[in-house]
Amino acid sequence: MPILAKWYDFRDLGNAIGALQDQILDWGAPDWVPYVVSGIIGVVGILLWLLVSQIIFIWIERRVIGLMHNRIGPNRVGPMGLLQGVADAIKLLLKEAITPRATDTILFWAAPIAIFIPAMVVFAVIPFGEGMVLSDLDVGVLFFVAIGSINTIAVFAAGWSSNNKFALIGAMRQIAMLISYELVQVFAILGVVIMVGSMRMVDFVEWQSGNDVWMFAIQPLALVAFIIAGLVEVNRSPADISEAESELIAGFHTEYSGIKFGFFYAAEYFATFALCGVIVTLFMGGWTLWGLEEWVPGFLIFLTKLYAVFFIFIWARGTLPRLRIDQLMAFSWKFLLELMFVNILVVGLETLIWREGGYDAATVLPIFAAINWVLAIGLAIFWARMLGHGTASSAGKRATLTQELGAIYYEGAGTPGA
Amino acid sequence: MEDTGTVVAFWALAIITIGSAFMVAAVRNLIHAVVFLVLSFLGVAGLYITLSADFVGVVQILIYSGAIAILVIFAIVLTPQAGRDNAETSMRLPAVVLSGLVATMLGYASIDTNWSISDRPGFEETASAIGVALLDKYILPFEIAAALMLVAMLGAIIIVRDEGTEGAAED
Amino acid sequence: MSVDLEHYLMVGAILFAIGLYLALAKRNFVGVLMGIELMFNAANLTLIAFSRFVESESPIDGHVFVVFVVTVAAAEAAVALAIAVLLYRVRDTVDVDKANLLKW
Repeated sequence: MPILAKWYDFRDLGNAIGALQDQILDWGAPDWVPYVVSGIIGVVGILLWLLVSQIIFIWIERRVIGLMHNRIGPNRVGPMGLLQGVADAIKLLLKEAITPRATDTILFWAAPIAIFIPAMVVFAVIPFGEGMVLSDLDVGVLFFVAIGSINTIAVFAAGWSSNNKFALIGAMRQIAMLISYELVQVFAILGVVIMVGSMRMVDFVEWQSGNDVWMFAIQPLALVAFIIAGLVEVNRSPADISEAESELIAGFHTEYSGIKFGFFYAAEYFATFALCGVIVTLFMGGWTLWGLEEWVPGFLIFLTKLYAVFFIFIWARGTLPRLRIDQLMAFSWKFLLELMFVNILVVGLETLIWREGGYDAATVLPIFAAINWVLAIGLAIFWARMLGHGTASSAGKRATLTQELGAIYYEGAGTPGA
Repeated sequence: MEDTGTVVAFWALAIITIGSAFMVAAVRNLIHAVVFLVLSFLGVAGLYITLSADFVGVVQILIYSGAIAILVIFAIVLTPQAGRDNAETSMRLPAVVLSGLVATMLGYASIDTNWSISDRPGFEETASAIGVALLDKYILPFEIAAALMLVAMLGAIIIVRDEGTEGAAED
Repeated sequence: MSVDLEHYLMVGAILFAIGLYLALAKRNFVGVLMGIELMFNAANLTLIAFSRFVESESPIDGHVFVVFVVTVAAAEAAVALAIAVLLYRVRDTVDVDKANLLKW
């Protein structure tokens, strides 16, 4: 970026922060002051962005799902209902936060806070733009997974302390889901890590811009598995069985009201944004867009991609029916995990051939992409067939219960199912 | 390690770690004990990071706070009527004396010994170094650990497998 | 003020003592297990501290050791908690004092 590289170059907010740091050092402050100042600026900036995005996306999500459902959606508060998110936030703030008498009070209060912290902390490793990452950890992706696993404790604390059977069932479901899909998530990431050869978030972006390819073109299977695992991890429909309204009222936060519920709601949104950020960084080139980042601020490209990925989640929520807990478990253990094993094997082999052979990336990567796409589609179909889906014999499975009931009913007249 | 940030972080994390470990022993409710246990694990993870061991710190969060704490919770929830109190046996006083003696001995040994301290800086990148060491120098223990994990998994499944539902499991 | 090897060793020692107390004195099987996990943590902390501070040819060995300890601890936790569940199923208690069939 030779044209404008001063602090007023708006394409990289890092410049301004860097200038500020130099200025603070010039004033004779000790070494730790610029460190703390830039950290605070980053945290406040991310928090503000999150709050604004959330309030806007509450409206967008409800409007888009409304369109998908052939209805209107919220359109009363403000022009086109734009202030719906603000109204919701004010409502949640002003409502009474009830604490039922039989709860475990300390845990009941601690759970919303505990679920909020990991959702915020994850953003420390997400690179919003060049030099715009709070802490470029050596083990960034692993950090994302690790922080995601703390969620389980908070969810369990919420469900258990509520002293409500629906809350406890929801919490246990959530734990089972998180454990099952964490494995899939880790294996999906592992394929990418093997190919890039690093766990640093910035390295993923640089690898993709250096090779002029997005990772999802090379590893479609990993992307699909990661998105599905992420859907489960952030507990959004169609995988929101731990708060399935038709079965469990509101799952682990049944007893929460007012701002305490607001914390759960916000944490879910934040976690979804973080997940979208990781997907964009790992699979979609982060803040780069084939040279466009020279002219447009990198973080704007990043945010555009992030919102596009978020749209996939809205889309899934608006169109897919909710799964059953056993279906979701079986899908993880019997289907996705095996596919991920194969994916890692193939990607490892490809990386080995690439490194040992010393081939040029431009010649090797298209071949790998072709192999992986064919493999992804073929394997998904093959493995689904192996499990008995999509065949003629599986078509009748849905009527099992009817057949059994029918057998009881027609006991004298032989079994109709046979 | 002289810089202010590390010193402050060390003391804060040490207090969190030891305080929550103490609370694990002190609280009367087993679920609360698990929550404090998780807090203690997180404190230890933070201490690892002050020691520039970022990979191990993240693994600590992932395995201890994520997986083992969940296993403990499962064990508590799956043993319902056995009581969730965190009471002591009659051997409480001897245990206090013994653990106090152990702490004193370890502390005395650690202060009294003349360690050969090196003045090298912290690790720059641990993950790749650990990976190289695991697959080069420690390949045999690595394989044995993998086999151990498999055996433990099978063992755990076989132990808790309910004999009565064998037919249902095959479905 | 600075932080040295001894500080970390002291934290490890205290953590180990608390874990030992839990393992010896708790009545609930799960409580005993929590104590054992705390002791693992104390040992790991000590290993990492040595790996950081003490003179060595390949200082990363301490980290590798910790990775192995964590692996073994996870395996141990899985089996031990399976035993806890089985103990509850067979004896209807997880009180380690009452699990005394082999006592004479």
